[in-house]
Amino acid sequence: MALLEIKNLHATVGEREILKGIDLTVDAGEVHAIMGPNGSGKSTLAQVLAGREVYAVTEGQVTYSGKDLLGMKPEDRAREGMFLAFQYPVEIPGISNTYFLRAALNARRKYEGLPEVDAFDFLELVREKMKLLEMDQALLNRPVNTGFSGGEKKRNEIFQMAVLEPKLAILDETDSGLDIDALKLVAHGVNALRGPERSMIVVTHYQRLLDYIVPDYVHVLADGRLVKSGGKELALQLEETGYAGLGIADEEEAVGRV
Amino acid sequence: MSDSSNTIETFANQEYKWGFVTDIDSDSIPRGLNEDVIRLISAKKHEPEWLTDWRLKAYRHWLTMKEPTWANVHYPPIDYQDIVYYAAPKTKKDGPKSLDEVDPELLRTYEKLGIPLQERELLAGVAVDAVFDSVSVATTFKEKLKGMGIIFCSFSEAVREHPDLVRQYLGSVVPASDNFFAALNSAVFSDGSFCYVPKGVRCPMELSTYFRINAKDTGQFERTLIIADEGAYVSYLEGCTAPMRDTNQLHAAVVELVALDNAQVKYSTVQNWYPGDKEGKGGIYNFVTKRGACRGVNSKISWTQVETGSAITWKYPSCLLMGENSVGEFYSVALTNNWQQADTGTKMIHIGKNTTSTIVSKGISAGHGQNTYRGGVKILKSAAGARNYSQCDSLLLGDKCGAHTFPYLEVKNTSSQVEHEASTSKIGEDQIFYCRQRGISTEDAVSMIVHGFCKQVFRELPMEFAVEAQKLLGVSLEGSVG
Repeated sequence: MALLEIKNLHATVGEREILKGIDLTVDAGEVHAIMGPNGSGKSTLAQVLAGREVYAVTEGQVTYSGKDLLGMKPEDRAREGMFLAFQYPVEIPGISNTYFLRAALNARRKYEGLPEVDAFDFLELVREKMKLLEMDQALLNRPVNTGFSGGEKKRNEIFQMAVLEPKLAILDETDSGLDIDALKLVAHGVNALRGPERSMIVVTHYQRLLDYIVPDYVHVLADGRLVKSGGKELALQLEETGYAGLGIADEEEAVGRV
Repeated sequence: MSDSSNTIETFANQEYKWGFVTDIDSDSIPRGLNEDVIRLISAKKHEPEWLTDWRLKAYRHWLTMKEPTWANVHYPPIDYQDIVYYAAPKTKKDGPKSLDEVDPELLRTYEKLGIPLQERELLAGVAVDAVFDSVSVATTFKEKLKGMGIIFCSFSEAVREHPDLVRQYLGSVVPASDNFFAALNSAVFSDGSFCYVPKGVRCPMELSTYFRINAKDTGQFERTLIIADEGAYVSYLEGCTAPMRDTNQLHAAVVELVALDNAQVKYSTVQNWYPGDKEGKGGIYNFVTKRGACRGVNSKISWTQVETGSAITWKYPSCLLMGENSVGEFYSVALTNNWQQADTGTKMIHIGKNTTSTIVSKGISAGHGQNTYRGGVKILKSAAGARNYSQCDSLLLGDKCGAHTFPYLEVKNTSSQVEHEASTSKIGEDQIFYCRQRGISTEDAVSMIVHGFCKQVFRELPMEFAVEAQKLLGVSLEGSVG
């Protein structure tokens, strides 16, 4: 059974239709890259899957772990093991990174009927994962994403992912704003989390990230539709010819972003 | 409109839990205010002549004063002749001599409010004075405190038993003519708490007064006077609730604190008067004057307040820093939800050398609530080396509420340092979504963000009450996000 099955998904924001019929199946353990020019709907797809309410789904179905995903609240999707690494991680002043992450972990454990993790056990767990991303201890005690550099925010997203161990991780332009060293570090973290029980959807504009996180499948999204799918070589082809090589125009305005 | 922004807007649907009415016979006087009413109140309390005269003088002065209009609050004119100025639960004798004589209905009321008047182990660390409408109905742990020379009793009792102390300090920090509401209070005040901690004594337990308005159309005008003699320490907490009524009720209290050499007074308030309903009907008008005088060297007065109730709050707990090296602190969380309005803050008047003050104010606005911080820092010429730090943060939930900040700084010497920081933030839909995407429900996310915002103030509260305050804040905001 597929972990995620998207059928003819249409979504609008306001009057404007952004997703115009997406079909995609992701099996357990697979890594799918979704590439596309600005404004093609990549981020919208990621946000719709996570349950962002500014988007209205007008048509289609999404099945996740055998359940109707679109009928689930965002927090329940998360508790069912779906994780979105945000393109623009949100700052939450006043709440420490550790406190936030423990609340997140415990919300999921509670949902699964497991006992909550206390502060001590949690700290131990966190230390492990910190090494993976070479996270600074100081970052843990700081308020969530507040005053973090762009790179620190992205690293923090993957760190959260490492702690929450999702079944399906959606990485929304995790490479944007990263220099090459940070990119390698983040990719290293992501690769360490790959496994037969964890699927990933990697949304990116550039092929660069896919040099480090090598996908099983690559899909090209243009004007709200998946126009081409293939193996990892498709990404390389895109790198050479650009989206124009596929006859796709790069829209100037990134409409789909929130 | 998305769900989560809807939920933020309707952030306050939780019912007020303390809104019940106690069915008890009450002895009240007719509505209205004149010199005879004041004489009657004074007579009912068997007061000495000097105090009756003091009241009358205050009343005559009040007649010459105008209700202040500078605050950022709006309400229909108050008819001061339509208020009952004295109401007391009927007792057979003058007053209960011990808890056994207190009307069981009253004890049940406090039980229901979670304020134990039995001196049992549960809250053994807290001595409580309970004020019901106009009078104090019970004070606990009086004997134990007496052994250490600490006087903790109702104001009326203090007038009877310790007239010299009362006479010496009454009105010495907040003069009867100070402002419109203080003058009114001075004329008609009914009861309140009195506390004196003698030289060198550290009060071993939290002292607490619990105010309850019950009777209809009455005002509550209590007075609290706390004196910490040289080297003494006392931590004091006040809590308040009132029944739900669809008319507004007036509460105009005066609190005076005095700290002599090396003395310290910590005064914490959890104010939860009835805030009115979702349409803004009813609720308490809370017009309160609170001021502390750091008279001695190295003395310290800290105000910590959590203001979640009242339809209108008008309140500026302040410090007169007279003694050298004296310290004033003000930590405040003020929440306005639905149609509540708060205009609150502090005044720090630096008079002595090397005096320091800290102001941390956190305002939370939800629904149609309007929250104003008004602060005054005044550093006189005499206050060489004085320092002040002010931090003033506002948090908005939804887009129909408002936050306003009016800091006034007046510095008259060059050796002093004044710092002011301010911020305004909003719980955004993106923050809520981020939390939900991590598995945290909207309600938990808001409560987490609000508590994170208030942390700095909550940690100044005595432990037991910090927990209470957190719960209260949760309740007051429950349903605003869902």
